[in-house]
Amino acid sequence: MLSHTSLYILDMALMGMGVYALIAKRHIIKKIIGVVTMEYAINLFLILVGYRAGGIAPIEDAQISAADLAARAVDPLPQALVLTSIVIGLGTLALMASLAIKLYEKYKTFDMSEINRLRG
Amino acid sequence: MNHTLPLLVGIPLGMAVLTLMLSKASARIADITAFLTTLVTAGIAFTLVGAPVSTYWMGGWFPPFGISLVFDGLTSIMLLIVNLVAFLAIIYSLSYMEKYTAKPKFYSLFLLMVAGMNGVVLSGDLFNLFVFLEIASIASYALVGFGVEHQELEASFKYLILGTFASTMVLLGIGITYSMTGSLNMADVANTLKGMPSTTSMAFAAGAFIMGFSLKSGLVPFHAWLPDAHPSAPAPISAMLSGVLIKALGVYAMARVMFNVLGAAPIYMDIMLALGALSMVVGGLLAVGQWDMKRMFAYSSISQVGYIVLALGLGTHLGMIAAIFHLLNHSIFKSLLFLSTGSIEHATGTKNLRKLGGLGQKMPVTATTTTIGALSISGVPPFNGFFSKLLIILACAQAGQWFLAALATAVSVVTLVYFLKAMRFSLFGELPKALKNIKEVPFPMAFSVITLAVICLGVGIAYLVAGPAFTEIFLQPAADALMDGIRNGSSSYINAVLGG
Repeated sequence: MLSHTSLYILDMALMGMGVYALIAKRHIIKKIIGVVTMEYAINLFLILVGYRAGGIAPIEDAQISAADLAARAVDPLPQALVLTSIVIGLGTLALMASLAIKLYEKYKTFDMSEINRLRG
Repeated sequence: MNHTLPLLVGIPLGMAVLTLMLSKASARIADITAFLTTLVTAGIAFTLVGAPVSTYWMGGWFPPFGISLVFDGLTSIMLLIVNLVAFLAIIYSLSYMEKYTAKPKFYSLFLLMVAGMNGVVLSGDLFNLFVFLEIASIASYALVGFGVEHQELEASFKYLILGTFASTMVLLGIGITYSMTGSLNMADVANTLKGMPSTTSMAFAAGAFIMGFSLKSGLVPFHAWLPDAHPSAPAPISAMLSGVLIKALGVYAMARVMFNVLGAAPIYMDIMLALGALSMVVGGLLAVGQWDMKRMFAYSSISQVGYIVLALGLGTHLGMIAAIFHLLNHSIFKSLLFLSTGSIEHATGTKNLRKLGGLGQKMPVTATTTTIGALSISGVPPFNGFFSKLLIILACAQAGQWFLAALATAVSVVTLVYFLKAMRFSLFGELPKALKNIKEVPFPMAFSVITLAVICLGVGIAYLVAGPAFTEIFLQPAADALMDGIRNGSSSYINAVLGG
């Protein structure tokens, strides 16, 4: 079982990979994968914030008292945030993908270093 | 509870959807609905000027639960400029956007962007701020690429990638803040943080916020996307992006989070000073070499936003007044300049200074408004830009930052240089043969630019004649909201929201 800290470190490593792909890769699709990786690393981070090792689902039940629930359940708020964040991410991804298709139609390449009409 | 606050988000959001549906019946309806929507939101924003601090609790969930909308002095001035510029940009679009297909889609995205910006400035909740930030951003990515040609698509993609990175940084900051305080309500977070020693985690969160919002406001060294994105968009969108979007999503959000939520620690102020000074100088110097008018104005936006952030970073009362005043003025004259350039491009088909010249003879209205805009931004009295730049320089001197005061003065000379260049090569000189048959622009476009030019001159004269009263009504409440964060640890803001 991994400790909480190592989970955070792994998550930040995932984010680092996303940023690396975003900056270093020239292929448009790889850049998009980088952005999405980064977004998911942040979503995972939010989930980790509310996570509790061995926690239970935050659902009220007749068999469990309110105090017990508060002591053992995971934090439900970050989960709601992540749900919203995923939907926003989907919107951005759809826009990125359609722009990539349009860019390929115009420039006949996915290489960002050849898509450089704007400079100065 | 102030029940008009949700209307400012709800009306444009709802009308964005309705416009698209109604346009199936007739494309003309989209013109009318977009016009009326922005007219109504601008009207509401005007009536709210000078109103007392008020809040709205969505769904009746009281703080710190639920989503809150908060209206205070800073929000008031932001709402005013967002909705005023949006209204004039829509009038301009009535004629300008004729040459594009899918005009209803343009209006729909435009209204979404307005809804997002109104949401950002009204939001009293960190995560809600992020959601509205994304609504406005995604609409603006699509609008930058609206022409769907080589350059528009390239600019839009670059903007999208960096914009998404910025949003992700903001979300990271929000996540860390939540993990430290257990709340997302801005006032509640501020209240909790006041009782806590400053930690490395909070410094990390502040760093993420500064990086995200600096990217959104195009500060050097996070500016790479701005000179591509702003010139590639259709003119009314350039005006919206440079005029208000970078301020609502970047400068306003940074000021609100830094001053009223995280508490204005000296280190954050120094970072803002450094970013502001750097943007002011680099943006100004890069603008001089440009031959594309819109690109030059985009670099100029970087430089002017640098002025605003610099004045905010001073952390003095005069600095806040100057920053708010320059923010108001810049949104007016920069949208005026982008709309005037749009008129020139509309009439001549080019925005390259080398191919223009002598437009003063053929397009007297556009030439006059461009001149007024250029004089305002260069800080020539009695136009509005003169007073706000003077205030910024005075505020630097008053804070003992003599070097920055000198730098701000020097950059204003540089500003004058590149605007003289823009005017010399577009309005004066000889009219090229290819442009013998150009005509002045149609009425709606002329109406927008004339109105903005009148506001430029009007604000300048109002400040000259009745400076204290003008400051009292428009600038003081916003400056007080920011100073509250520096002097009292945001206690007025916290009391207003949590009901002390």
